[in-house]
Amino acid sequence: MAGLADISGSIAAHPPDARVSAAGAPAPALLDVRGLSLAFKTANGELPVIRDISFSVISGERVGIVGESGCGKTVTGLSLLRLLPARSVRLTGQILFEGRDLAVLSAREMRAVRGREIAMIFQEPMSALDPVFTVGDQISEAYRAHFPVDRKEGRERAIAALAGVGIPAPERRCDDYPHQLSGGMRQRVMIAMALICKPKLLIADEPTTALDVTVQSQITDLLQRLSERTGTALLFISHDLGVVAETCTRMITMYAGEVVEDAPVDDVLIKPRHPYTSGLLRSLPRLSARRSVLPSIPGRVPSLQAMPPGCRFQPRCTHAADRCAAPQALAELSRLHRVRCCRASEIALPGTVNP
Amino acid sequence: MTIADGATRPETPQGPILTVRNLRVLFPTREGKDTVKAVDGVDFDVRAGETFGIIGESGSGKTTLARALVSLIAPTEGQILHDGLDPATLRGAAFRAHRRDYQIVFQDPNAALNPRMTILDSVIEPAEIMRDGSDESRRKAGFAVLARVGLPRELASRYPHQLSGGQKQRVNIARVLMLRPKVIVCDEVVAALDVSIRGDILNLFADLQREFNLTYVFITHDIAVVSHISDRIAVTYLGRLMEVGAAAGVIERPLHPYTEALLSAEPVPLPSTLRTNRRIMLEGEIPSPVAPPSGCRFRTRCPAAQARCAEEVPAWRQLKPGHWVACHFSTTDGPPSRDTNTLETNAFGRTK
Repeated sequence: MAGLADISGSIAAHPPDARVSAAGAPAPALLDVRGLSLAFKTANGELPVIRDISFSVISGERVGIVGESGCGKTVTGLSLLRLLPARSVRLTGQILFEGRDLAVLSAREMRAVRGREIAMIFQEPMSALDPVFTVGDQISEAYRAHFPVDRKEGRERAIAALAGVGIPAPERRCDDYPHQLSGGMRQRVMIAMALICKPKLLIADEPTTALDVTVQSQITDLLQRLSERTGTALLFISHDLGVVAETCTRMITMYAGEVVEDAPVDDVLIKPRHPYTSGLLRSLPRLSARRSVLPSIPGRVPSLQAMPPGCRFQPRCTHAADRCAAPQALAELSRLHRVRCCRASEIALPGTVNP
Repeated sequence: MTIADGATRPETPQGPILTVRNLRVLFPTREGKDTVKAVDGVDFDVRAGETFGIIGESGSGKTTLARALVSLIAPTEGQILHDGLDPATLRGAAFRAHRRDYQIVFQDPNAALNPRMTILDSVIEPAEIMRDGSDESRRKAGFAVLARVGLPRELASRYPHQLSGGQKQRVNIARVLMLRPKVIVCDEVVAALDVSIRGDILNLFADLQREFNLTYVFITHDIAVVSHISDRIAVTYLGRLMEVGAAAGVIERPLHPYTEALLSAEPVPLPSTLRTNRRIMLEGEIPSPVAPPSGCRFRTRCPAAQARCAEEVPAWRQLKPGHWVACHFSTTDGPPSRDTNTLETNAFGRTK
């Protein structure tokens, strides 16, 4: 991944849906999450955080996970790499990565996957980097943990990786400590470190939330280009629907620890099928006439201790009916569009087009 | 004193309620050798009853400016006039009595509330400090403002950790309303809130403005928020203003290349087929305010920079009525090097 030639051009439109090949056969999944649930073990018993999460990511795909804070986005990302301490959580379900179930791997086998097959970047690059080592050391360490190369080659690879994420004068920057870099540079360093082993999947948890909008666009553009060029699939966790709309090809909406909608980005922006997705899209100020009253979603995400028994969104939903008191299944509306709402086919919900 | 009094307050004449003249706020660095030029020569007026939006990236001096506007930081140079009066000339009781009219709501709703005080105690504390009314009347007024910001009565006896972020921000709004200020400076007040409740809080601000004839200075990095609620918008960069004008003008037909780039960087939740794809990618990040670039501060990242930009600080020019810009090369058609054929399409250029 040497030489990122040009990061200043315009962003290409989303490629045609990669999930269906020309022959119409579904592509095999790189990551296939099936019925993933996670509970925190507390003094008062188990506290379920995410429930029955199922989705898949195919090679080269960019999938966004959106939702309010407290919806389980971050926990989902962390549990895919089993980064939560095993003694305080209970994980059930399957995390099939190229057919292998990560949920049952030993700690040692799991370490071989982290960074090599699946890498992750976090919201706050400063706390993810070690302040007492140079960024070159840290990037090189990520490579040398998986490949038997000497320090010299590790350093050369680190320099090439820094160049690949558009850091000027990488030979010099390689010897800088994290505090000597700006926020945007630090996030580039994180991306360089994450991609140095050419992982097949990159999980990015709010990678641009701490950055300014002009730097945010540089970073999302970089992620998109790297993913297109190297074929690395991207799982992009964000509360910002605009960023997901521009960066991803598919969007998964989470609410109260469940997947409530999963669809191609363009479809869901035009025609969301879950009232929660529609509510999130409608509450973006950009879509309302200046100084008009902004739509919002009444109420708040239910607490983990007091989940409604049926549809978890029902107490806040303006379309709730009697049937919503029963638990809802994530049903297929079409091969590419799944939604957890029994009324999905009978209600018309506004998206971001034609307000 | 009850909240209802606010409605009967006489209309303020349409003059500047805040006047900022050549404001500079400098801080020494820790070693004492250099100065951080947080705000470095800023002039603007805020009219009574309007919402004046200030937008900029982190490091552009927004928060320093917010604090200076309500006398929390003294200007190093220049003046801030409150309704024609310089609060720096007031002392003691006169200063305290004056500043109740100029209040601020901060970004982090958690940090702004004392975790050991109940919500009601926090809300009536400003009135206690001002010695407004009796214990009884303050409690009554406290319940009234809590109701006005949409909080149920039973929350009054709770503590901050028992409330959600949105509720806490309502409490902070209630606190400043207790003093019935004329001006509220809002420093990133919705940045910490989820998008689903952001709308509620912004709607509340709009309702309160109508009801109490408030003037807002609304400081944010969120372009969508500032363009939604503001009458006029100022764009800051590295301690200086780049552009000031009516909200519609600045957002739909910006004059400064920085504003144009900032607008184009804003992610748009539209399907790919409806997107205009004309992002202007700025290189690098905002430079250090210790040693800002010579001439135009934006020149190091400006796609249209020329030799003159390094030598000469751009004049503050009024190119259209009420629309000011600090760029040598902007014309009434817009920023330099801008393709005039695509004038109508930026991220916010929806047809109205």
